[in-house]
Amino acid sequence: MFCVTQQPIDLQKLVDYVTDPEAGAIATFIGTTRNNNEGRKVIALDYEAYPEMAEKELARIGAAAAKSWPICRMAILHRLGPVQIGEASVVIAVSSAHRDAAFAASRFAIEEIKKTVPIWKKEVFEGGEVWIGTQTGQPLPDHLKQG
Amino acid sequence: MNVRVKLFAILRERAGTSAVTRELADGSTVADLWRELQKDYPKLDVPGIRMLYAVNQNYVNLDQPLKDQDEVVFIPPVSGG
Repeated sequence: MFCVTQQPIDLQKLVDYVTDPEAGAIATFIGTTRNNNEGRKVIALDYEAYPEMAEKELARIGAAAAKSWPICRMAILHRLGPVQIGEASVVIAVSSAHRDAAFAASRFAIEEIKKTVPIWKKEVFEGGEVWIGTQTGQPLPDHLKQG
Repeated sequence: MNVRVKLFAILRERAGTSAVTRELADGSTVADLWRELQKDYPKLDVPGIRMLYAVNQNYVNLDQPLKDQDEVVFIPPVSGG
């Protein structure tokens, strides 16, 4: 399951989705909205996506994880729209026979999400709002670098 | 030929629109399209911004040639997760 959604994320649904009789481990990662960033008091984050390509990239990350580690099942759900302090913006769930693969795959997934998935967050803070990432630019993902 | 451009995030705000259809000369590249869009929407020029480029939901380089009905998205720095 590799999707974006406008709805609040139900963690248990993702855990249920990756639960597998062959799995001895389920690792979950939840990204939540933090109340501060770079000295600013954050009120909320607002996520926007190029939805078809975002889901395609999430699936690509899932396939890459399955190629690198012996995982059973994987799900990534990214929320769009406003996400309040403490609420989940992204949830990754991975199951595997043993815990190493589940830990590694979930770590890999969040790092990759931050590099290549066409989703943007706008930080609404006390005093204004700013698109995160715009000021500093971004490095090219490895699979797009030439030479 | 005509290409369909989708704009998101800071580009959407600066252009004031989320979708544009643009006529281009045959053989035009993503770079050519970007130049034309900046003429149409001067505020699209965000100094120092480093973007990625997608055609039909695949990442491509600036020199990618475009075809009729291609969907092109200029991707400002992503910040999902």
